[in-house]
Amino acid sequence: MSLAVDIRRRVGDFTLDVAFEVPAGVTAILGRSGAGKSTVVAAVAGLARPDDGRIALDGAALFDAETRVNLPPRKRRVGVVFQDSRLFPHFSVRTNLLFGARRRGSSGGLSLDEVAEVLGIGHLLKRRPNSLSGGERQRVAIGRALLSRPSALLFDEPLAALDSERKAEVLPYIARLTRGAELPVLYVTHALEEARALADRLVVLEGGRVAASGPVEQAIAQAGLAAAGDRFADGVTLEAVIAELDEAYELTGVALGSHRVWTPGLLGRPGEAVRLRLLARDVSLALIPPERASIRNALPGLVRQVRRGPGPYAQVAVDVGGAVIKSEITRRAADDLGLAPGRMVHALVKSVAVARA
Amino acid sequence: MGLSLRVAAVATLASLPLAVLTALALARGRFPGKTLLDGLVHLPLVLPPVVTGYLLLVAFGRRGLLGPALESCCGLTFSFRWTGAALAAAVMGFPLMVRAIRLSIEAVDRRLEDAAETLGASRIGAFFAVTLPLSLPGVLAGATLGFAKALGEFGATITFVSSIPGETRTLPAAIYALTQTPGGDAAAGRLVLVAVALSLAALIASELLARRLSSRIAA
Repeated sequence: MSLAVDIRRRVGDFTLDVAFEVPAGVTAILGRSGAGKSTVVAAVAGLARPDDGRIALDGAALFDAETRVNLPPRKRRVGVVFQDSRLFPHFSVRTNLLFGARRRGSSGGLSLDEVAEVLGIGHLLKRRPNSLSGGERQRVAIGRALLSRPSALLFDEPLAALDSERKAEVLPYIARLTRGAELPVLYVTHALEEARALADRLVVLEGGRVAASGPVEQAIAQAGLAAAGDRFADGVTLEAVIAELDEAYELTGVALGSHRVWTPGLLGRPGEAVRLRLLARDVSLALIPPERASIRNALPGLVRQVRRGPGPYAQVAVDVGGAVIKSEITRRAADDLGLAPGRMVHALVKSVAVARA
Repeated sequence: MGLSLRVAAVATLASLPLAVLTALALARGRFPGKTLLDGLVHLPLVLPPVVTGYLLLVAFGRRGLLGPALESCCGLTFSFRWTGAALAAAVMGFPLMVRAIRLSIEAVDRRLEDAAETLGASRIGAFFAVTLPLSLPGVLAGATLGFAKALGEFGATITFVSSIPGETRTLPAAIYALTQTPGGDAAAGRLVLVAVALSLAALIASELLARRLSSRIAA
């Protein structure tokens, strides 16, 4: 079983021109917004027609510009899990789950009970979609796609609309369902972590073209994603401990390396372990510590690595007393400051997100 | 009054399927002449009712363009019959129905139809399984509007089928006739009350139904 995609499509200024193969198992398509992921999804699902090319499932054309084949979605047998779940609000969970099965015949394939059990949604069958949490809704949507007896599965950023807690809730279900899948599974995402957690193979899209493809780690290296750490997440996550509280100003001081980062709100008790999320764009760099500035968090550190590009940006990794944080600045700023490994800088942290560990 | 109810009910029920189809074509379709169709549908709303009645007479009258053909093939006679009153009422109420239904179809998230299609539904199947149920409150609102309009239709009806007691004299026509008759004021007043009560009852009934429907969809 395999899905072969080789398509071109122009939308305004944007040109999508991609070719890749999805064998049995999970292939992730990784790309930022605007890389062309949704165009690929729509083309494979049959919801938008490419200008040219061919899409074939097990050798049979779903779309072929040359022979003018363009199967409607219902004849493609591509089960789609949408980012916004798209459950039918006027049906119960049960009727939603069976929507595809009823139209494609329910003999063979998975049964409702099996799917409900694997996804842990058996107790929700009589409920209406609007009364479900985001995570539950997405699990129902996955079940609905599975029960439509698909020949291929298409996940379109299924976790992107969920908060991190819900993501953590749904991800294991997807992992369990797709591990060792005999169908081609296409998993579209902008999150490298999801691709790493789920996929066997990876296709990296950039500006409408395939920048890299192959086994996950190999494709990551090929696309240069590993060099600056996780570029798609644009930041770092660090384990840290609450050092002290300033109750008068309602600030929490978190120990980061040998320094302290102050963040608004009383977020826990001293000694409590927390997780810090620092986005690269919230960290700027200065050669001398700023005086009389509003930014309170100026951490002295050493530049570890400077990576110029893509575009006008540069990513700088800074070691602030044992912890490495990342900063995204412009390439011009990096050159003006003469940033290079070993250079002393002050990392100015505008904001930091704190989560309980 | 029984006649008026029958005329309005038949007008509404008979034109409802066509109204849904037209609304669907206008809401989702892309075809040449869509603007023209839109204009034609709305024409009775802006034309003087007398003109609409006259055009109906020209088309469906005993010696009209279509009247004789319809009579010989299907045994359908419109001129000076209550069926003609129903036809006039249907034509006059049609734009209101289409408008309300079209709005509610447009409000249904098209991506739900896409989802239905990836699950094996045809375009038409997706419409009946997803779009139509979700726009049912709007269909109901349209039918109520059409019904109310049909009950009150006067100009086109009287032009097309006159005002024959027991056959085409609907409530508004009867009220008009009574106001033209010396000493008819009291009777006219009673009929006015009946008209107000009927219209109010229709509005309240549809409001209650719509509320039940939307709570069923949202629950």
